[in-house]
Amino acid sequence: MTAPSPAPKLPASLAANPRLSSWVRFTGEGRVAISPGKVEIGQGIVTALAQIAADELDVEISRIEMIRASTATSPNEGVTSGSLSIQQSGRALRHACAEVRERFLAAASERLGVDASLLGVEDGTIMGPGNVRTSYWELADDVSLNHDTAAGASAKTVARRTVAGRSMQRVDIPDKVFARPRFLHDHALPRLVHGRILRPDVSGAKLIALDEATARAAPGLIAVVCDGGFAGVVADSEAAAEAALKALRKGATWSAGEPLPNETDLAGFLRSGPVESTVIDTRAAPASGKAACTLRRQYTRPYIAHASIAPSCAMAQWNGDRVHVWTHSQGVYLLRADLAIVLELPAENIVVEHMEGAGCYGHNAADDVALDAVLLAKAVGGRPVRVQWSRHDEMSHAPFGAAMAIEIEADLDPDNEIISWRHAIWSNGHTARPGRATQPALLAASEIANPYPRMISTNPPTANGGGGDRNSVPLYDFPAWTITSHRLLTMPVRTSALRTLGAQGNVFAIESLLDEIAALRGEDPIAFRLRHLRDERACEVIRAAARRAGWKPAKQSGIGHGVGFARYKNTGAYCAVIAEIEGAEDIRVKRLTLAVDVGEAINPDGVINQIEGGAIQATSWVLKERVRFDRTRITSTSWTDYPILTFTEVPAVDVEIIQRPEIEPVGAGEAAHGPVTAAIANAVHDCLGVRVRDLPITRDRIIAAMELAS
Amino acid sequence: MPAIQFRLNGANLGVDADPDQTLLDILRNRLGVTSPHFGCGAGECGACYVMVDGHAMASCEMPMWSVADRDVVTVEGLGTVEQPHPLQRAFITEQAMQCGYCVSGILISAAALLQRNPSPTEMEVRAALDRNLCRCGSHNRMVRAVLRAASEMAAS
Repeated sequence: MTAPSPAPKLPASLAANPRLSSWVRFTGEGRVAISPGKVEIGQGIVTALAQIAADELDVEISRIEMIRASTATSPNEGVTSGSLSIQQSGRALRHACAEVRERFLAAASERLGVDASLLGVEDGTIMGPGNVRTSYWELADDVSLNHDTAAGASAKTVARRTVAGRSMQRVDIPDKVFARPRFLHDHALPRLVHGRILRPDVSGAKLIALDEATARAAPGLIAVVCDGGFAGVVADSEAAAEAALKALRKGATWSAGEPLPNETDLAGFLRSGPVESTVIDTRAAPASGKAACTLRRQYTRPYIAHASIAPSCAMAQWNGDRVHVWTHSQGVYLLRADLAIVLELPAENIVVEHMEGAGCYGHNAADDVALDAVLLAKAVGGRPVRVQWSRHDEMSHAPFGAAMAIEIEADLDPDNEIISWRHAIWSNGHTARPGRATQPALLAASEIANPYPRMISTNPPTANGGGGDRNSVPLYDFPAWTITSHRLLTMPVRTSALRTLGAQGNVFAIESLLDEIAALRGEDPIAFRLRHLRDERACEVIRAAARRAGWKPAKQSGIGHGVGFARYKNTGAYCAVIAEIEGAEDIRVKRLTLAVDVGEAINPDGVINQIEGGAIQATSWVLKERVRFDRTRITSTSWTDYPILTFTEVPAVDVEIIQRPEIEPVGAGEAAHGPVTAAIANAVHDCLGVRVRDLPITRDRIIAAMELAS
Repeated sequence: MPAIQFRLNGANLGVDADPDQTLLDILRNRLGVTSPHFGCGAGECGACYVMVDGHAMASCEMPMWSVADRDVVTVEGLGTVEQPHPLQRAFITEQAMQCGYCVSGILISAAALLQRNPSPTEMEVRAALDRNLCRCGSHNRMVRAVLRAASEMAAS
């Protein structure tokens, strides 16, 4: 007797949103509406999800209409972040579509009098022996999808998939090259009016008095809104709103604000504050030998700005005690939850609808500006209000990626083999996203007359990939380690989720020190890494990158090569990088050669695009980016003061995908940042003979490192 | 308010506007031409670029009085789905973007380049796009797309 096989486990997103019709509907003449809870943030997710649906339903992808997420209709899939959309939404859609297909085949079998096993589907037409045929659309009235999923349907095997796994042109790109309005910023609602918000230049300053007279006299003004320390204007045009805001600013009196840390001693600041300390992981050696020496190294990374090309924008429109919000937030339901707290309204009174914004790299000001719009719209009856932040506010009031100080101590035996490893992180928390706490995380919630405290960032649990500690547990088989995370309990500089959370800093630290130890041993850094890895997929991406880059190219004066590797979150995509840099007056990254393994790459060109983009963005972080401030205010509030990599500075990027169709896919958006950072730093050492352990790697930092070494 | 005469995407236009209002504001909010995007308001990012007399220029900083009698082209005027500009076709072929917010400004810089230099080198393309910022890291795809469009135009 065999044990009964357990019921197949439903994908988590589908278990949470089991109603089939919330994911799939057959509409109109030959159309399919697919409604994921994840949103397009420039990463191409809607195309990959459309591919999965097309495959499972056997319809041409051109029939599929991807529905933008809205709390009115969409499954609740939380937030679009953490490189999880393919895992979560993709699996749910694959399963839901497979079940829908089965239900239609059963109905077709009944109508056509043919056994379901003899029926096939071709572009939505269901066919069987003797040329009998019907279609999804003919049967749509007979097959209700208003049912919860039953955990029985089985998705196609890899071999039977024809769309997923092949490069596909993205569905959103034609609109963007032919200037068809697709961005929230371009959407014009009837009777739309424009709002602007008054925010302080001095960090933490509160509005204590406001003379509204001049602003009230501004042409085109519709309303001045003041609620405690929250203030803004609504006018009949953008230009009028800008002018009214200028006038309002003249009437504002601010409190002194809160001091900012010393930007030239971030490690000192991070390591001296009150912290909550957590041991993330330990591994005890069965019998560790005595250390011949201990290397102790400190690495830092600065605060980094999201710096999307578009400032954050939202629209809101009230109708009685109900409000509709258009947003480029990463999580429509989470934003709704926070809005409900602030507005003291049931969530059902609020509809939050997603529209695309500019590329989003984490928790930026998208959610903040949505509340701004809602608060201003209250003052203008039923007219919709569009609020757009200024570049200045986007670069100073939106959350930043958290600064980090990381110290690693490696105990080495007489052969310079690692016998023990201690990794400690000091950082603010890496997330203060909305919708997850009893208090709202939105900026204006801390400014209104009955303010909520400003949310102090926390870290997601290690089981979910962690925050400051993300990627701090080595994938290498060191005999013993202790990993500790110290989260700051004060937050003078506002931080929240930025692409990779702590992984960029931790991978930079681990991979830099490994490189240093390999050099001490006189061992090739790639051979050293391979010797310490037990995971074949990890070894394979490193070997592939090395092969592709011709590791190791002959030594040339002024040129350096370096390697970096990580598996994102230790559970996601594997990525290895070889960087080639030129070190003259400044560091120039000439070429990045990457190998990546995401399991099954649903849209291989989409994966390459994400890896290329991640590699270039990481290069920008490493060479140029650092949020600047003095003791009272953020000073990097323009592109001049916060430069990013430009067209003449970007490296050539060459990506190899190791396609593994049999392995569940994972996301690619954050895989490259850590390895690229480390590879560049290691190439700088190869070129110049100095280790720069403080990001960004600028001319000044190199000179400082040279002085320290001499 | 005086009517300011200029050409927009091949059509003669008279717009009643405050001479100090920006071209970007008039295009987006008065004329419904939304391809030029607001990015910084200071001419530092290129998202709002339009072609003025063949040069890519920041419309966010361009007062309407300076537009009088000039020839303005936006992405709406480059091509259509039925008759795409080679750049538009090439950007699709190369999948040359991630979010695409910067793309209209980049198409304009590239179109201006190809008008004055129909067969640019890669370095010339990069130099021509250097004032356009892209935050997603799609630079190399865009450069490939511009080179593809140039060779397609040379072949036709």
